[in-house]
Amino acid sequence: MTGPLIAVLDYGIGNLHSAKQSLCHVGADARLTADPGLIGDAAAVVLPGVGAFGACMTALHKSGLADIAVAAAADSRPFIGICVGMQLLFEGSEEAPRVPGLGVLPGVVKWLPEAEIRPQMQWNQLKLVPGASSTDPLLTGLEGAWMYFVHSLVAPLTSSVTSVCDYGGPQPATLREGSVWATQFHPEKSAAHGLKLLGNLTKLAMAPRIAS
Amino acid sequence: MKVVRVIPCLDVDKGRVVKGVNFAGLVDAGDPVALAAKYDQQGADELIFLDITASHEERDTTVEMARAVAEQVFIPFTIGGGIRTAGDARRLLRAGADKVSVNSAAVARPELISEIAEEFGSQCCVVAIDAKRTNTPGINSGYEIFVKGGREATGVDAIRWVERAVALGAGEIMVNSIDRDGTREGYDIEMTRAVADAVRVPIIASGGVGGVADLAAGVIDGGATAVLAAGIFHFGEATVADAKKALASAGLTVRPAEAWAATDMGEAR
Repeated sequence: MTGPLIAVLDYGIGNLHSAKQSLCHVGADARLTADPGLIGDAAAVVLPGVGAFGACMTALHKSGLADIAVAAAADSRPFIGICVGMQLLFEGSEEAPRVPGLGVLPGVVKWLPEAEIRPQMQWNQLKLVPGASSTDPLLTGLEGAWMYFVHSLVAPLTSSVTSVCDYGGPQPATLREGSVWATQFHPEKSAAHGLKLLGNLTKLAMAPRIAS
Repeated sequence: MKVVRVIPCLDVDKGRVVKGVNFAGLVDAGDPVALAAKYDQQGADELIFLDITASHEERDTTVEMARAVAEQVFIPFTIGGGIRTAGDARRLLRAGADKVSVNSAAVARPELISEIAEEFGSQCCVVAIDAKRTNTPGINSGYEIFVKGGREATGVDAIRWVERAVALGAGEIMVNSIDRDGTREGYDIEMTRAVADAVRVPIIASGGVGGVADLAAGVIDGGATAVLAAGIFHFGEATVADAKKALASAGLTVRPAEAWAATDMGEAR
């Protein structure tokens, strides 16, 4: 049996191999792609991201995938932003004040507290907001899970946030808004717990569409 | 919450993992991919592969090894050795490495650090230093940078160099003591502390671990955020779980090794 087609948006940044490989490991038919047709056919779409917000936005526009990402986030298919891919969903970032983000979610990405070593480059434990483990299918079985974080900036703490980690205070680790999910950590680099989350995503991709 | 990372380091020589004593007398320790998979299963937080022959034999680190490891290992890993250009880094990162570490090549041409950091981000640019205590005039900190696998003195002050490396975009510093490497006497704590006090990026303590009891001092006294060891893991004297137990009993927070116990995870089918 072939798993669901999951498109990992390939806009020429960093290590995308792991994102694809780990999804394949949990049974998805994951593809690294910039092909609008293939992305359109996919059951779920992943927006990865590493490095600087400004550089990622520039690369996303250059590859022609910015509008495609916004459209995919707006339709009913599961869409997930990972790490800087989470941050790109917002209107902007303090890291690159003049660079507009995708604007899928309201608010601006902020620096982690100055008193902490930046980046947070470590494993940290998820604390789910009350009820999230039963209401958010991406987080099923992941209360207290350990995930690998590498980031200096972080999403705003809004009502969309479904879990936090403690790094100089509670910092958004995951969020959900309708069919749009995001993780600040790298599930593809988070061993068994990360694979569990990607398995949950793969199940979501196989499930009937969520009304957004 | 500060969570200490435990990082097994695999020194690679011609496709085999080896452990050296003061960079000489290499002992064979096994196949890199098999060892990586083993540490992944034991709950290692990251892995580092260093091609220790790369800089003096002018060889590039193999992209194939990165790709093979990425097939089996779902934790972050770094590859170092023989990276001289942003293009060298690009090939490794595209193959599945999460970070690259640069050492001699960055000392020879510091812009290498900014080239990698600008293209891929500081988070994937580790600067490794091999340093040694010295009385050489002009080395005010008392620690001198060595290159070419620890064989060649540079006259560069280790603390000045680390400050410059971070200013150029290094996202993490790996501090290796040549005096201690392979001796099993524990980390050079004073040197690690001197580096940690000079810059505000994550620091990996390295060189000299003789047992899991040596690890905690690298963090508590040395100021490191991660601890690296090689031989104690490769030869089966200790597991990563033993290392974490020792760190936890010293009062530090670690990702518990039992986070790995659930074998049914990751199955969507």
